[in-house]
Amino acid sequence: MIDPEVLEEYEAKDGYKALKRIAEEKISQEQIIQDVLDSGIRGRGGGGFPTGMKWKFAFNSKNDEKYIICNADEGDPGAFMDRSLLEGDPHAVIEGMVIGGYAIGATGGVIYCRAEYPLAIKRLNIALEQARQKGYLGKNICGIEGFNLDIYVKEGAGAFVCGEETALMASIEGERGMPRKRPPFPAEAGLWRKPSNINNVETFANIPWIIHNGPQAYAKYGSEKSKGTKVFAITGKIKRGGLVEVPMGMTIEDIIFKLGGGIQDDKQFKAVQLGGPSGGCIPKHLIHTEVDYDQVNATGAIMGSGGMVVMDETTCMVDVARFFLDFTQKESCGKCTFCRIGTMRMLEILTRITEGKGKEGDIELLEELAYQIKDSSLCGLGQTAPNPVLTTIKYFRHEYEAHIRDKKCPALNCKQLLTYEVDPDKCTGCTVCAKKCPVQAIDGERKEVHFIRQDDCIKCGDCYSRCKFDAIKLS
Amino acid sequence: MRVQRIKIEGEITSQDQVDLSLIDPLLEKYKNKKGNIIPLLQGAQEEYGYIPREVFQKLANETGIKLSDMYGVATFYAQFRLNPVGKHIVKVCHGTACHVQNAGAITDALRETLNVEDGETTEDGLFTLESVACLGCCSLAPVMMIGSETYGKLKGSDAVKVIKEIRIKESN
Ligand SMILES: Cc1cc2nc3c(=O)[nH]c(=O)nc-3n(C[C@H](O)[C@H](O)[C@H](O)COP(=O)(O)O)c2cc1C
Ligand code: SF4
Ligand code: SF4
Ligand code: FES
Repeated sequence: MIDPEVLEEYEAKDGYKALKRIAEEKISQEQIIQDVLDSGIRGRGGGGFPTGMKWKFAFNSKNDEKYIICNADEGDPGAFMDRSLLEGDPHAVIEGMVIGGYAIGATGGVIYCRAEYPLAIKRLNIALEQARQKGYLGKNICGIEGFNLDIYVKEGAGAFVCGEETALMASIEGERGMPRKRPPFPAEAGLWRKPSNINNVETFANIPWIIHNGPQAYAKYGSEKSKGTKVFAITGKIKRGGLVEVPMGMTIEDIIFKLGGGIQDDKQFKAVQLGGPSGGCIPKHLIHTEVDYDQVNATGAIMGSGGMVVMDETTCMVDVARFFLDFTQKESCGKCTFCRIGTMRMLEILTRITEGKGKEGDIELLEELAYQIKDSSLCGLGQTAPNPVLTTIKYFRHEYEAHIRDKKCPALNCKQLLTYEVDPDKCTGCTVCAKKCPVQAIDGERKEVHFIRQDDCIKCGDCYSRCKFDAIKLS
Repeated sequence: MRVQRIKIEGEITSQDQVDLSLIDPLLEKYKNKKGNIIPLLQGAQEEYGYIPREVFQKLANETGIKLSDMYGVATFYAQFRLNPVGKHIVKVCHGTACHVQNAGAITDALRETLNVEDGETTEDGLFTLESVACLGCCSLAPVMMIGSETYGKLKGSDAVKVIKEIRIKESN
């Protein structure tokens, strides 16, 4: 670990050496781009587009004003890889941006960071000031004649869609963060309609290492088509959650059971969610899937930015799908009809299924809406919003059917589909449940076993959460 | 879309007189900069805790930005508040990790204790209850944040206890 507020500590770990080497050996812009291409690094922001290619497009786009932008919006709810990098190693991100800026010929730089990360913003600003003092930013950087670049931090204002690159640029310009039509691509007309290149935090942080150690050294890590390492944030029903950096190509099983120590309370593993609201669930029988872009895509999930939420037997997959749809429905910018209203309709259907009001045909209707939304949305948000629903239908159709036909939630998660009963062996007759029941559905005298009249129970779950003796049974 | 953010006019009331001179330095700084709507609104909210109507009006008058453009931006982003908030903002995380660890129960318990719905402020002006997506400490799920204090691995009853403690402190 290094102290992120002390530049010298980063420098002691080969920090800014890559940049200095570029200056000393007068390495050309083309050569840097070639190195990045050769390393095989693909964007870590979710899409997995080869970074070198992107830089090449921006380089080829001639203009006397160009921008290099770092996407630090980290919108996936349940992921915090970028946060840890920004807070723990801000200079690596900055050096990566300066190198990228050199390669494409940028004249300005912006880090778009979500406002929910105040510490990251503070540390970035400290680091930027230090870099300016040392001449890693500013005019004729490191003595490279005519290479002038400064970077500033722009705070986001809380909109998931602003992680999308064109929306992010609109947001920097102070507008509503609504995605723009492509083409023109950002490489031709991005921020302020000038050629721009945008990469994720982790992508930039990898660059100094690649330039310093050489592309071949980087390409040694990882699998055939996905090079290097990837940071994952493992959360959910896992024994040891947190951040792990693994070589591409490791199996999900190894990540969860070897690194994460297995499932909390030794329950049964059910699925793992990758890619957040744009991603999907990978079920138990595909646990041998290797984490690289292509293998993960083959399951219907996406690699995403690295959120990995582990789910066990008590997680209801319909509820998970509903959760993500609720998120994307709120975060849709509203530009496209299908994304704006289609997600709302899907959410309504999912909600009614989890409340036991699902109808025959609901699954088919969900699928139909899903494909329509995917086909007629402008940006990645709409195009991927149905993924959590489609993958859960694909792998857990039986759970949907149990909700709809049998009015049962196999994971005992959906409150409205449970039966609440008093366990006579545990009930002490404390009367708490009877007092709290909003419809007086519980009978019983003090110190005697209580009884729930099923016909009157509205399944609010209050008695279950109130009973101090675990005497309310669910089934 | 955050449809619920678009409230009917008339609900927006500001009880206290707003000191409009507070935003003068802010106007000075951003007045003629391009792309200034978001920083202006962020700065104003920093000053008042929310963006009062009069402030919108003043910003519009002084910068020439259309009021509609400003409201467009203010209602688009989750960060901006158009109504006064309580002294303590209780942010309950409803990110994925917290959701699967039953964050719903936390919000339910708080709704009952505070007697407000999600997004509302208590009558005494002490608390505002909010749902947020991921506070970036998912390993502690479920999480809530009050001020700069983060509370992790919560149960509904723990959350209620925290509120009670704050209430006691406030009444002294
Ligand atoms: C709805 C949506 C949200 C996104 N959110 C993020 C994000 O939070 N962080 C990020 O780096 N990329 C995000 N992206 C991907 C960006 O559009 C873009 O592809 C990425 O920043 C490019 O960087 P990379 O090539 O280094 O991956 C998002 C895309 C979409 C469609
Ligand atoms: S797909 Fe959705 S979020 Fe994307 S531009 Fe269309 S409405 Fe906006
Ligand atoms: S679930 Fe609710 S309605 Fe049913 S018995 Fe318990 S408290 Fe009463
Ligand atoms: S999901 Fe709650 S802190 Fe990340």
